[in-house]
Amino acid sequence: MNDTIDITVNGQRRAVSQGVTLLELLAALELDPRAVVVEHNRTIVRRPALGDVRIAPGDAVELVHFVGGG
Amino acid sequence: MATAVDTLRDTPFTISGRTFHSRLMVGTGKYRDNDTMVRAIEASGAEIVTVAVRRVDLDRTRETGVLYHLDPKRYFLLANTAGCATAEDAVRYARLAREAGFNEFIKLEVIGDQETLLPDVQGLLEAAKILAKDGFRVLAYTNEDLVTALRLEDAGCAAVMPLASPIGSGLGLLNPHSVRTIKRRLHVPVVVDAGVGTASDACLTMEQGVDGILMNTALAAAHDPVAMAHAMRLAVEAGRTAYLAGRMPRREVAVPSSPLEGMLD
Repeated sequence: MNDTIDITVNGQRRAVSQGVTLLELLAALELDPRAVVVEHNRTIVRRPALGDVRIAPGDAVELVHFVGGG
Repeated sequence: MATAVDTLRDTPFTISGRTFHSRLMVGTGKYRDNDTMVRAIEASGAEIVTVAVRRVDLDRTRETGVLYHLDPKRYFLLANTAGCATAEDAVRYARLAREAGFNEFIKLEVIGDQETLLPDVQGLLEAAKILAKDGFRVLAYTNEDLVTALRLEDAGCAAVMPLASPIGSGLGLLNPHSVRTIKRRLHVPVVVDAGVGTASDACLTMEQGVDGILMNTALAAAHDPVAMAHAMRLAVEAGRTAYLAGRMPRREVAVPSSPLEGMLD
């Protein structure tokens, strides 16, 4: 039951548990889903759907937010 | 909108149907600390505040999220596509920004040259068309070229933002005539973006009749950003009021202000 898969989060390789959802990934990273926007394999996943999308090996996830800029 | 002068009324500053109380927009980048940023923005009187879209720092080595410091109910957050070098990237960033859920406005930047940060006009037009069709209210950062500005308006942009001089240069308004021409020919608001260095630059820019100014480094890199923000607020108001007041004609020769009659023999 300790199977992990390799994915890319914000450009970094990470091992996560098999079958994990995007919402669970955010929880593991201690990120508030209301404070980030999630892109999964180049597709934006809206907040209500985060719990429905499971991450597969090799997936690329981008987690973005607003920072200071001009 | 009201001005400080009883007899002078200004038209509202409206972009795509939404009216704003300040013609000065400010960025949130490059401040030495968040407290200075917050106080400077407050002193500027700005309502529209720009932000950038970036990756969350997963290691939490620094807290970069700007919304921890700025109340989105108090300020109108205008996300930008800063750093994007292609239309495709800019569209991607714009969609991520919209998903954050504040509004449909986007400050579109497509950079064509890394040294000067001048826009890639072709990519800019391409991205503007896609985003406008997709329901975005596009405010397009561009150079001070009239034909590009006209094309951006045709592409459906909500506002066109010609530069005063290159981003972060503080060189001031290099080409008043071009900016004036763009303002005269466009129907959508013209907001000068980038290059303002100090209050006189902001005043001179507003005297050209443009609808507003966006600045960031002029405040963030000032010795005292809060004081400079206050100065910019006054300068934008002064420049706008002078524009509405209508300046005297320029003359090549002197004209005395005191009567020539009544002089002693």
